[in-house]
Amino acid sequence: MTTRLTLFVCGSLTAALLATAGCNPPGATTPAKGDTASAAAKTYVAPGEKDEYYLFYSGGHSGQVYVAGLPSMRHISTIPVFAPYPATGYGFDEESRAMLGRFTWGDVHHPGLSQTEGKYDGRWLFVNDNANNRIARVDLRDFKTRQILGPIPNSSGNHGSSFVTENSEYVLVATRFSVPLPKGRYADLSTYKTEFNGMVSGIKVDPTSGEMTVGWQILTPPFNWDLGSTGKGPSSGWAFWTSYNSEMEHETLEATSTQGERDYAAIVNWRAAEQAVKDGKATMMDGVPVIDPAKVPGVLYFLPVPKSPHGIDTDPSGRWIAASGKLQPVTSVFDFEKIKKAIADKTFDGEVRGVPVIKHAAVIEGEVPVGLGPLHTQYDGKGNAYTSLYVESAVARWSLPPWNDAQKKDLNTVISDKIPVHFNIGHLVIGGSDTKAPYGQYLVAMNKLSKGRHLSVGPSQPESSQLIDISGSKMTMLYEAYTEPEPHFAQILKADAIAPIEVYPKAENTNPQAVWEASQAGVTRSGNKVSVKMVAIRSRFVPDKIEVNVGDEITIHVTNVEQTTDMIHGLGIVEHDMNVVVDPGETKTVKFTATRAGVFPFYCTNFCSALHQEMQGYLAVKP
Amino acid sequence: MNARLSAMHRILDRPVSLAGRGLLLLGILLLVLGATLPLWRISLVAPQYAEGLTLDMYAYQIVAGNGGQDLAEINTLNHYIGMKPIAQADFLEMKVIPFAIGVFALLGLRAVMVGRIMNIVDLGVLFLYFGTFSLGSFAWRLYSYGHHLDPRAPMTIEPFMPVVIGSQQIANFVQTSVPLAGTFCMGAFLLCVLLAGWQSVREARRDLR
Repeated sequence: MTTRLTLFVCGSLTAALLATAGCNPPGATTPAKGDTASAAAKTYVAPGEKDEYYLFYSGGHSGQVYVAGLPSMRHISTIPVFAPYPATGYGFDEESRAMLGRFTWGDVHHPGLSQTEGKYDGRWLFVNDNANNRIARVDLRDFKTRQILGPIPNSSGNHGSSFVTENSEYVLVATRFSVPLPKGRYADLSTYKTEFNGMVSGIKVDPTSGEMTVGWQILTPPFNWDLGSTGKGPSSGWAFWTSYNSEMEHETLEATSTQGERDYAAIVNWRAAEQAVKDGKATMMDGVPVIDPAKVPGVLYFLPVPKSPHGIDTDPSGRWIAASGKLQPVTSVFDFEKIKKAIADKTFDGEVRGVPVIKHAAVIEGEVPVGLGPLHTQYDGKGNAYTSLYVESAVARWSLPPWNDAQKKDLNTVISDKIPVHFNIGHLVIGGSDTKAPYGQYLVAMNKLSKGRHLSVGPSQPESSQLIDISGSKMTMLYEAYTEPEPHFAQILKADAIAPIEVYPKAENTNPQAVWEASQAGVTRSGNKVSVKMVAIRSRFVPDKIEVNVGDEITIHVTNVEQTTDMIHGLGIVEHDMNVVVDPGETKTVKFTATRAGVFPFYCTNFCSALHQEMQGYLAVKP
Repeated sequence: MNARLSAMHRILDRPVSLAGRGLLLLGILLLVLGATLPLWRISLVAPQYAEGLTLDMYAYQIVAGNGGQDLAEINTLNHYIGMKPIAQADFLEMKVIPFAIGVFALLGLRAVMVGRIMNIVDLGVLFLYFGTFSLGSFAWRLYSYGHHLDPRAPMTIEPFMPVVIGSQQIANFVQTSVPLAGTFCMGAFLLCVLLAGWQSVREARRDLR
């Protein structure tokens, strides 16, 4: 009897334990395998074949821009912008050193391609530096950084950037941080609400050279301006930013700035701002005409949007503007026609510091319940919008207005698809989303966490990007790749939209220090200043002997006289922290002082030819 | 009626049967074993936490997954919604339950050594009460964590009741609560007590007949 009972008790216990042991907790998702072969075929770019699109990733706090190809997702090259990059000798020669100024890093956030008539024209790529308030222009003719403007006066935290207007008249930028202005002025943090200000700036772009200058600025309350976009079509001449911290707090923002149910978006009439400056309605601050919107009506309006938004994106038609409050699970869609009307009719809900607040109810088209943690929206040009969902780790696809009555009644019905991404997506990009003519074929999800997706590389983790095919009725995951930290936004450009040069034509080299023949090369001395005109050619430097004295200031102008693609030479000087890389047809100048006696070899750092190893010389420094 | 009552009392006064004592002893061993095993598991699974964040509730401690890191992670995530940090020190139960289990083991041993059937009744009733109370208190804890949310938290969500047994979706997480081996051992202890009582009563009736 006892034995039977004991057996019974033990049996039930074992059964219960077995039933609960080894279970996967519910919610664990098994990765969707999908049709691997077909996805692979879609991303396969055979050896020798080329990608269809360029993908320009912002490199975040690496300070650089990464160039990849789509659909292969292969990293092709890195364009150094805000940080030295020995691989291409950036930050060693005089020209790039002067551009970098006193900084050795930047925080690249949002690249913007230049546009003509609302379409990419393939001329320039603008990128901002959130850390040091700068903006840079990369020339797509040679993929080189050609200008760094800044630190921009009266601005701190150039995050709400780089938004290019329809004809690249301006790159519009806004401040993430507010400080007492003009910069350099001290005010106690407790006076944040009254003494600190943010700024919206119009960076004027020369239509021919692309040269940037600070055109004008609009003073704002100390809200933290975030992502924005420029208008087109009906919203031509306007630009939009969202802000967080309309509470104007300065401590523990994660709690204090998230109390209000709404934050303000800025609705900026940049053409009116331009005109106001022409009409002399601005006052100069630190050399820039600054508009006080309280005194110049018609330049700035505020629009309440859901709590702590992180972006506002104009659709390709220019009529619909989507803003997502990352702490509310909806994307608000505003109708710019209604905004225009509300402004004309003065349908305002009071004002904040003299800036009219547009009545939310008068301009909202609907709040689409896209999902948790909505951040940014991109468009495919076929009437669909794609919103990144940070918390949910997904991308939601939904259709833009006009919506029918049934849809308006339940906006869940406008959401047509949702695809999981891995993990915690920040930005997403569809080629041409910010133009009148998006490509609408691929979407790249830029995810903040890549954990567990790649071979382990220790605690420093790369970021993951995923390629999604959006051409069909359902989104399909095609591929994923990794980048170094940390892409924020990206731009996609059709490969045939540009035809970069691969050598600098000799005829274009106007550098007076350039030498093209060995006979012209040589060392000249004037006092303690030693000037070297050097030729680099397969496989030697001319001269390959530079004799100087300790204390001499040495300037080397090195010309790569090659006119053949990929025949790049580098000049690395041993123990001198010097590596300049010279492309075919290019002349670069390096300057340094001989501080120590000795003989220091220099050599070609960028492999050039069979006798690359022999391409060397000596810097002989006499005591 | 009186006859029936006195018959019942006669039975309750009878000693625990030998088989009953064996069952009780087994039950006590399982009870003590159960006190060392996890009682309940709360797990949270989200896309970026595919392997899940887990908290194993023992009679005397909380053991979080990933070498304890999961508790810190859960508390970090919960601060966004204003939930009070979960801390073992706040669980008074974890001091009381081990003591109570000792009491039950001693009461059980008394029944094994010198017990009458009445002792088994006491043991069963008290343990049932203790079990129900503990479960209720666990549910109340979960309710409190889900309902006392700091209104100044970055994210405002509706107060919620974490599921006590089963699964539910909370924001991007699937929360699951399931009993573990310790609870089954406790259950088995109760089962042993009941079976010991049943067996002893059967034998007592046979003897009295």
